[in-house]
Amino acid sequence: MPALKIIDIKKMNKIVEKEFFSENVAKIVIEAPEIAVSRKPGHFVIIRIDEKGERIPLTIASSDSEKGTITLVVQKVGVTSAKLLALEEGGFINDVVGPLGKATHIEKVGTVLCAGGGVGVAPLLPIVEGFKKAGNRVITVLAARSKDLVILEEQMREFSDEVIIMTDDGSYGKKGLVTYGMEDVINREKVNLSVVIGPAIMMKFAALTTKKYNIKTYASLNTIMVDGTGMCGACRITVGGKTKFVCVDGPEFDAHEVDFNLMLSRLGAYREQEMKAYENYLKTVQ
Amino acid sequence: MEKVAEYLKIERAQEWRAELRKSLKAKERTSRERVHMLERDPDVRNKNIDEVNLGLTEDLALLEAQRCLDCPNPTCISGCPVGINIPKFIKKIDAHDYLGAAVVLKETNALPAVCGRVCPQEKQCENNCFYTISLKKPAVAIGHLERFAADFERDSGKVAIPEVAESNGIKVAVIGSGPAGLSAAGDLRKFGYDVTVFEALHEIGGVLKYGIPEFRLPNEIVDVEINVMREMGVKFKTNFIVGKTASIDDLKAQGFEAFFIGSGAGLPRFMNIQGENFNGIFSSNEYLTRVNLMHAANSEYDTPVLSGKNVAVIGGGNTAMDSVRTAKRLGADRAMIIYRRSEQEMPARLEEVKHAKEEGIEFMTLHNPVEYFADENGRVNKARIQKMELGEPDASGRRRPYPIPDSEFDIEVDTVVVSVGVSPNPIIPSSIPELKMTDWGTIVVEKDTMQSSIPELFAGGDIVRGGATVILAMGDGRKAAAGMHKYLQEKVKK
Repeated sequence: MPALKIIDIKKMNKIVEKEFFSENVAKIVIEAPEIAVSRKPGHFVIIRIDEKGERIPLTIASSDSEKGTITLVVQKVGVTSAKLLALEEGGFINDVVGPLGKATHIEKVGTVLCAGGGVGVAPLLPIVEGFKKAGNRVITVLAARSKDLVILEEQMREFSDEVIIMTDDGSYGKKGLVTYGMEDVINREKVNLSVVIGPAIMMKFAALTTKKYNIKTYASLNTIMVDGTGMCGACRITVGGKTKFVCVDGPEFDAHEVDFNLMLSRLGAYREQEMKAYENYLKTVQ
Repeated sequence: MEKVAEYLKIERAQEWRAELRKSLKAKERTSRERVHMLERDPDVRNKNIDEVNLGLTEDLALLEAQRCLDCPNPTCISGCPVGINIPKFIKKIDAHDYLGAAVVLKETNALPAVCGRVCPQEKQCENNCFYTISLKKPAVAIGHLERFAADFERDSGKVAIPEVAESNGIKVAVIGSGPAGLSAAGDLRKFGYDVTVFEALHEIGGVLKYGIPEFRLPNEIVDVEINVMREMGVKFKTNFIVGKTASIDDLKAQGFEAFFIGSGAGLPRFMNIQGENFNGIFSSNEYLTRVNLMHAANSEYDTPVLSGKNVAVIGGGNTAMDSVRTAKRLGADRAMIIYRRSEQEMPARLEEVKHAKEEGIEFMTLHNPVEYFADENGRVNKARIQKMELGEPDASGRRRPYPIPDSEFDIEVDTVVVSVGVSPNPIIPSSIPELKMTDWGTIVVEKDTMQSSIPELFAGGDIVRGGATVILAMGDGRKAAAGMHKYLQEKVKK
């Protein structure tokens, strides 16, 4: 691994590559040499696009410590993600800080069932890779609304013993929700551990599914954050009846203990402002 | 200490000071009333973020500076955590040499314009002033004068850059750019070290930027002082979390030989009562960070904040006052402090309480929340409040509050800011398992040198104290810089 170099250049965080997976989802490769060296599966970064931007967390999908880059997969859901996707290759992100959170605890457990929904598939990739390399049998379920929204299938196949694709409309793989795919596997063979990453509602139902079968399950949560270092508590959730901070205690938690209803409610805390801001943003773009 | 006393004596004996002392009789000095700082109208200022205190005019500053007797034994200095030569800077003002006064301040204080605004002088230098101790009269307004000199210098455009010793080429790292870190960085640079300050956030200044509101400490003021440090040659690296982006060992491999940890009070405390995670309930850190650092109240910025009509702030410290006064400025009809003890026990500065009251803040003392309720969208809409009474003094010396049974009642709230303290930031300690910590998560240090259980690591500020003031953190930073200097010089000799 190359030694860490502290670089002191004004313009950092250059976007060296951008590739759209679908209309609203893109892979962005960013120059961030220090983070590229120190990040591990499960870690996230906080970014701020420009001087007036907000700070949002994004889980790191992969990194290249030789090239000094990290890869993020971003879905357009509001002002900040839209601004990010509007940046061109060669452009800069004002602030990128990390790696944050606790790394995924990867060990040999036997069979690991990984389930990813939407852009949650991206941060799941390094975890799938990690569990595979630790000697586990890894079965991956990828879920999306339709065929064109299925991402990173090839990369997942590389590190999974089996990949099951689920689409809501049946345009690719099997028709149905992620939980159907998971349950098929659980009914078929012994699963020792499950990891789920995706929209909160998907993780909620995936957790309910594995709970039925008493399979230990981790969910990686992406809540609203400001500083990302434990200072503000914007990201707090309730786990097993106790308040936890996703940024420093997580982002991964025992999915069976997470109060997903509260998390969903907290994710919507600024919905009104977010929608208004997005409308205003769209006006300025057009 | 003897050296310091000797130095002060020599300074005091200088001709210009002797002349000044003779120029006005002591009786004339002591018969004067303490001047008052000008303030913005409460009904105007509670609707904007303009600074509340307006400083002293030149005339007022001169009048006040003349009150200082230039005592042979300046007890005021013993009350200053950074040891400012107080009589000297005041006499510089008395002599109309305002820029000279600012230079004196900067001999020992990296952030005079900040300290002139946010230090609790009434508990420190002014509490040890001859007027307070012996004459039982209002102290010389040392804080006001400090602010005057610092502001005069800034407005003059002739900001002096403190002298720096010749570079010794030794690299040292300062972790955290709040008051402790900046103070340590300034002194280390003066000693000739190659200083890099690492900051986790995107802005330099720590709590001075994210915590203390614009109406009490404008960010611009902080930036001017930080620029002075840049001019001195201090390097700053933002968006860099030591313990995450790189470890202490990584930095050692990069040639850093000693470290000052001033990473502050990271984790906000909550009360762990029912409903505390409903939307609209913030820690004061989050609420203030959104407004101060992220400019949430300015529509040009992307960060939102929930600004309610009925805002309850829980706590009685300076941060609680900052939060409740911020809520008022964001348009709250009702902005109230809910504090479990009486006003007498409030840790907030008297000035902050006075300003808050003038601005229309309600005070519900001897009250404590026990539960929150929310509407169908999960937004808090009600707080259940319990009445309290005071019993015997507790470990803090303040009378312990006890709940009065069956005294609960509900109040309507749509925003709650919990300001009941913070715990030390765990990121650095958890990245150095062998570092000796207290049960409260603070770093154990040797109190004269601020050296930790790992010889090349020094620490100060809230990561050592758990929760204190800007000036105590700055005092720690200075002590640690001296401790590091001694440690490194001895190491070089070997």
